[in-house]
Amino acid sequence: MTNTLLKLEQINTYIDQFHILQNVNFEVKSGEVTVLLGRNGAGKTTTLRSIMGLNSALSGQIVYKDEDITKLPAYKIAKKGIGYVPEDQGIFYDLTVGENMRVGMRQEDEATKDRMEWVLELFPDLKKFWKKPGGQLSGGQKQMLSIARSYVNDNDLLLIDEPSKGLAPVIVEKVIESIEKMKEKTTVVLVEQNFYMASRLGDSFFILDDGMTVHQGDMKELRENEELKRKYLGIA
Amino acid sequence: MIKTLQKSTWVYLFTGLMLVLLPFFKDERWFLFLMIQIFVFGIFAMSYDLLLGYTGIVSFGHAMFFGVGAYSVAITLDRFEPSFMSLLLGIVIAMAVGGLIAFIAGILTLRLKSHYYAMLTLALANLFLVLAEKWRSLTKGNDGFTFQIPELPGGLEDHRNMVIYLFCLVSMVVIFFGLKRLTESPLGKILVAIRENEQRVVSLGYKIMPYKVIISVISGVVASFAGVLYAISIRFVDTSVFAIDMTLDALLMTIIGGVGTLVGPIIGAGIIEFAHHYLSELSDVHWIFERWIILFGILYILVVIFFPSGIVGTINHKLATRKQRKKEDEQSDKLAS
Repeated sequence: MTNTLLKLEQINTYIDQFHILQNVNFEVKSGEVTVLLGRNGAGKTTTLRSIMGLNSALSGQIVYKDEDITKLPAYKIAKKGIGYVPEDQGIFYDLTVGENMRVGMRQEDEATKDRMEWVLELFPDLKKFWKKPGGQLSGGQKQMLSIARSYVNDNDLLLIDEPSKGLAPVIVEKVIESIEKMKEKTTVVLVEQNFYMASRLGDSFFILDDGMTVHQGDMKELRENEELKRKYLGIA
Repeated sequence: MIKTLQKSTWVYLFTGLMLVLLPFFKDERWFLFLMIQIFVFGIFAMSYDLLLGYTGIVSFGHAMFFGVGAYSVAITLDRFEPSFMSLLLGIVIAMAVGGLIAFIAGILTLRLKSHYYAMLTLALANLFLVLAEKWRSLTKGNDGFTFQIPELPGGLEDHRNMVIYLFCLVSMVVIFFGLKRLTESPLGKILVAIRENEQRVVSLGYKIMPYKVIISVISGVVASFAGVLYAISIRFVDTSVFAIDMTLDALLMTIIGGVGTLVGPIIGAGIIEFAHHYLSELSDVHWIFERWIILFGILYILVVIFFPSGIVGTINHKLATRKQRKKEDEQSDKLAS
């Protein structure tokens, strides 16, 4: 019996005339945090958007829970239980924190309410600023709201794009702690440039370079492989 | 929030009550007519605000719903005897046809990106304009036609204008509170989310098309009803009800009053109708007042530059900032003590 939750096979994605993802392969195991690493423009965000159906793959196959979701529209993919936290956080600025959370809820059953309570305990600031418009939150609060909103549904997989981007170190620490707690309950694919965060959270990794998967393995291996870090991530 | 909401609701109700009493103190024909036009265009502009302000849909063809409403009731009252049954039938036909056209146009066009949608709605409205011009047996072409409205019972007939005034006012108030409720409901919040970031809403698991079509139908039905009231108030209809000017008026009223506020378009309608009336009267003083649309063009540019949120939007923003500052001051006072 396999515990593979998500599998990308030979994925090719174009944005306009540009061939962004070129035969990308990777798989995500249930209960793990899989980190996608690579330099700027390597295709990490496009990979998440392809999984989510926002930039559909032209060829190849994306299999989630043994079902081919490659050609499904984004809203159907979301309903299958995949949550997406985009790089720009995707907060609705004119809606309050509470309204942002409610818009994120696909249903209002007991389980969803329980999850809501759990995430509000995880991010107490959200409770404090419940009636504040999303546009008036700080960068860290927006990130927390975005992550919380993706968890409020019964999602088995969360795709999180650069959660540490533009945040102060103290806030990054908070985000790391929250994702650590979340990974006990759900599987995560994390795109991250901050190697400290990636190495703390990740169980396994994939490195993308020029739209291709060039390396994969356990995070432990990457932590110890200076050559790999220097070659693909620019970490001396 | 509930407290604020109750306060604003009281303000709206008080204003409504003042407007109910107004014609008992000032009942000149021209004044009642001016106020009726404000109520009618207030409703029309609110229907436009639903699209532009709450869902981010720019339509250049909104006049088609207004025109369909006006012609539906006019033709029904013209073809049948002018009874209340005919009037009711005309209203039902107007709203049903308006809703149906909005549904079909929505299904066909709302998939398009915003600028293509705007262009296509403009083309559709022009199609209706040409149809009204050419289908003379039904519409009497560019000449238009007058029609009778039902006679009022008892002594009310002597106060016909006041009755129409009150009917239009009550309609506007009911529609305002209905749309306010709608925009504050979960559906309204999803519409705002669609306006802000369509792709994000999709990735939260929503299929956007039905929401856009629903709001387009509601907006179309309300605009058709505004057309009905317009036709009843002047007892005449011609092809001008389909003209692009109608849509531009709604756009202007919405932007000047405040996009996404509902009350803003009513205020915008008031400003434009009053200014239209008084500026036209000043045409003897200087020819420029005869071309009042030039002045509105300048006003529009100034509003977009200096008050992009419109009158109500700017006031709301200032109040929110003041409230926030007061809260922060209170917090710092607490910390200091």
